[in-house]
Amino acid sequence: MKARDWLGVLPFIGMLGGIPFVNRVEPYVVGMPFVLFWIVLWVVLTSVIMAFLNKIDPATKEDGQ
Amino acid sequence: MNIALIIIFAFLLLSFYSGIRAQQGKDMNMEQWTVGGRGFGSIFIFLLVAGEIYTTFTFLGGSGWAYSKGAPSYYVLSYISLAYVISYWLLPPIWRYAKEHRLVSQSDFFVSKYKSPILGILVAAVGVIAIIPYLVLQFKGLGIIVSEASYGSISPAAAIWIGVIVVTIYVMISGIHGSAWTAAIKDIMIFFVVVFLGLYLPFHYYGGIQPMFEAVQASNPGFLTFPEEGLSISWYISTVLVTVFGFYMWPHTFGSVFSAKNANVFRKNTIMLPLYTLMLLFVFFVGFTAILQVPGLKGADGDLSLLRLSLQTFDPWVVGIIGAAGLLTALVPGSMLLMTGATLLAKNVYKVMAPHTSDVQIARIAKWLVPVISLISLYFALSGGDTLVTLLLMGYSLVTQLFPALLFSLPAKPWVNKYGAFAGILCGVSTVAYVTIFQVTIATMFPNWPAAVKDLNIGVVALLVNLVVMFTVTFVTRNLFALNRHTANTEGTPTL
Repeated sequence: MKARDWLGVLPFIGMLGGIPFVNRVEPYVVGMPFVLFWIVLWVVLTSVIMAFLNKIDPATKEDGQ
Repeated sequence: MNIALIIIFAFLLLSFYSGIRAQQGKDMNMEQWTVGGRGFGSIFIFLLVAGEIYTTFTFLGGSGWAYSKGAPSYYVLSYISLAYVISYWLLPPIWRYAKEHRLVSQSDFFVSKYKSPILGILVAAVGVIAIIPYLVLQFKGLGIIVSEASYGSISPAAAIWIGVIVVTIYVMISGIHGSAWTAAIKDIMIFFVVVFLGLYLPFHYYGGIQPMFEAVQASNPGFLTFPEEGLSISWYISTVLVTVFGFYMWPHTFGSVFSAKNANVFRKNTIMLPLYTLMLLFVFFVGFTAILQVPGLKGADGDLSLLRLSLQTFDPWVVGIIGAAGLLTALVPGSMLLMTGATLLAKNVYKVMAPHTSDVQIARIAKWLVPVISLISLYFALSGGDTLVTLLLMGYSLVTQLFPALLFSLPAKPWVNKYGAFAGILCGVSTVAYVTIFQVTIATMFPNWPAAVKDLNIGVVALLVNLVVMFTVTFVTRNLFALNRHTANTEGTPTL
């Protein structure tokens, strides 16, 4: 595994590993209970991480033709 | 006939028309029919992959789970996003191998990698057994949607018959091209419908999202967080992981993967698809709004919460559009499932039994298997009762058992051999069947263990059984054959 591939582990840590620490209703963020907000936040971060990975991964250029 | 029904039928005709038109100007051989000649770019793959995720189960079941279970429903959001992360590494090698070897089905992949047509039959059998309940579920969802949206003037059975006939005909004629075009219409509609409902309903009834959640919290404390036991955090983590592994193991998902134009399509899609799952958020909002507005839906009736709340809130023409979107969420996955089941049976079972059948004949057999599978599913959809959820979960756990053999076949030098793969899949699948039929959970096996262990998804156990058997059998057979070869060689060598 190359160093950049470890980026793919981050969403798992955030979305699964983080839950025991954020399993509560308050504070509400953008109208959502905190635990739901946390998951939504990680969905967005997942997208950002994947965009970054796509950018730095040489394979995306080779296969793009 | 009310305005809601007219709108629903208009969309049914539109999808029928575009489905039939989609094949024009194309020579519909097996490769065109099942994998679109491998010419689909990001947008179609996006729609096909997303099309299989946003099914009736998401539309009705997502809101239904939020309504009846609360926080545990969030797991859907997590597993879909994480499955896309995996796809970045998993799908390009699968696609590349499939293109090189001109594969058209999931079973082909196993046959080719492990050089074993028998393993292909096992994989095809697991696939077909798993997709029938999934298909039944789509048909039942279709029946519920059309019947509710017609204010009871069309029975679920009549609605199911009409939907099944439409989808069967266009699958036979257009194959995957039809699915891709219907997916395009469906996704645009479902997007607007879901976002509209998810925002309008909480604002209409509570004045906002947060006031809605606060009202739910006040009436049902603990509903908006994961409980200590049962559908707890350990249930959430294990279920998300098992489902992520199973996500791409559905045979019809393989079909859409093969239809991509290049490997980059998948990598690019990992950026947009997680954001697209946020649509589910609005589905949850509808379910939570319904808790206090249409109380008292018990058990499976929770799935009706979205439609019941819509009927109570909107004019018939809005209900018609919601119904039409719901109808399409059943047709797109339904068509992919039908085509896949037919391809697997024709190519990976029939052809192996009768090796001299020509490719043209196989393609014809596949097309005529479509109505056969339709009718079988129709039978279960009309007669089968309350065991649907059990069957769906069983389907998911079944296909997940294909994951280890697939994963370990990807390295240049595979980690397991065909005997190991076969035995692993068979034992994993048997474990799933056993625990589903006898309703075994970790809690019933080890009642005194801590809740964190008891709440683990039973699929974890089946996967462990699968892995242990797979590696043991691989190890034993490899050594056995090495030994045989060795003795054969010594016997064969002339004595000095």
